[in-house]
Amino acid sequence: MGEVSRFWREAVHRYRLVGHRCGNCERTYFPPRDVCPVCHRDSVGKMKEFELSGKGTIESFTVIHEVPSPFVRQRPYILAIVKLDEGPSLTAQIVDVDPGEVEIGKRVSAVFRKIAQQGSSGIIQYGYKFVLD
Amino acid sequence: MTGALMSGIVSYGSYIPRFRIKPEEIARVWGEDADSIKNGIYILSKSVPAPDEDVATISVEAARNAIKRKKLDPRLIGALYIGSESHPYAVKPTSTIVSSAVGMDFSLFAADYEFACKAGTAGMQNVKAMVDSNLIKYGMAIGADTSQGAPGDVLEYSASAGGTAMVIGKEDVIAEINHTLSVTSDTPDFWRREGEPYPRHGERFTGEPAYFRHTLSASKLMLENRGTTPADYDYAVFHQPNGKFPTRAAKTLGFQESQYKDGLLTPFIGNTYSGSMMTGLSAILDIAKPGDRIFAVSFGSGAGSDAFDITVTDKIDEFDRHGAPTIKEQLSKVRWLDYALYSKFKKKLIVGDGIE
Ligand SMILES: [Zn+2]
Repeated sequence: MGEVSRFWREAVHRYRLVGHRCGNCERTYFPPRDVCPVCHRDSVGKMKEFELSGKGTIESFTVIHEVPSPFVRQRPYILAIVKLDEGPSLTAQIVDVDPGEVEIGKRVSAVFRKIAQQGSSGIIQYGYKFVLD
Repeated sequence: MTGALMSGIVSYGSYIPRFRIKPEEIARVWGEDADSIKNGIYILSKSVPAPDEDVATISVEAARNAIKRKKLDPRLIGALYIGSESHPYAVKPTSTIVSSAVGMDFSLFAADYEFACKAGTAGMQNVKAMVDSNLIKYGMAIGADTSQGAPGDVLEYSASAGGTAMVIGKEDVIAEINHTLSVTSDTPDFWRREGEPYPRHGERFTGEPAYFRHTLSASKLMLENRGTTPADYDYAVFHQPNGKFPTRAAKTLGFQESQYKDGLLTPFIGNTYSGSMMTGLSAILDIAKPGDRIFAVSFGSGAGSDAFDITVTDKIDEFDRHGAPTIKEQLSKVRWLDYALYSKFKKKLIVGDGIE
């Protein structure tokens, strides 16, 4: 059950791209951080939950051909670093697209997809992936 | 209705997966005649969910589109009912996942519904009643499915994926629900037992005693109740198990093609089951003008029908219909699959420990 409870604690962030915004310098962080790495002590108690728009730009990507067996249905899959419009970058899958169509600089939007499941009887994990605009 | 605000649709959103397969491709594999299938059921293509899509993900996208169009604070939505016959869990409500993913409040009425293809419209009736009784300010009903047709079965040509969310409330209503009613009977036209992957259908029961009896009865009861005739409506939309049944039902009742063509989506996306009639209604709301009157009737096997008499209000002109992708836009972004990829996507090819 350890895996289930860990995923559940992070679900709100994975489901809705909820990060933290520093009340001192207005920088946005994803995943959320308890203390702003720029403002340090000045940010204590000022980190507020902030829902990101899910709009961003592909900064970098790689096409993964050597996939672990649970991902064989999605081979090859595309893993990208997406820079969100609010500032933070994150790593996520780009879906519903052929690898040839993905380019650095292309605009993407977050979608809600299945990320993994623990066998046919286990919990299903959902979260963000991205599609090309 | 002395001074009381009439409840109705305050926002709506749909999601149709972008993958499609043509009947020619399915017929090629099973040695059937594509032209006679296309003529028989009038389906030119159907939507297919991506390997990582299910009813929860489709519902979330539809709900997010509805919320975007109204720029609605999701915490004001007091109830969420999701109708489907392909909920991802047998036990663990889809509505719990969707409410969290769109940011609804902890204080929330929620449940999953099942009534074959009319569970979503049953949800609409439910949240309308809750709004009318002032139990909630806004309520959301979703109809969504990733329906299954056994390989080689006639349902394989139609069973598709998609969903629509309707938000019901009393303020800034874009389409008033003037009246709703239902009919219900015990009819064995189509069923799926717990744990079985594919549904079964009682051939003799699917047409006349099931779809037509319930759809036409609910329609006639509505016309009688409202004192209207088909000529009083600008649009008519029915449940669409294929392209032929809704057309025949519409014609039998006396509706013209100009009234039912805009809500008829099955020829392009197949039968989205719980999403079918609601997605047709969504396509009509994409283009409707103030004062337009809509006649909408769903059907669920088992069997029953829900009928709605709807009037579009002046508010639709201020409403941001382009705040989310319209049905027309979603029909234009298409990626074609052959039967092999379709089999992989639909898990007809079993992969040992595939994550999906
Ligand atoms: Zn800071």
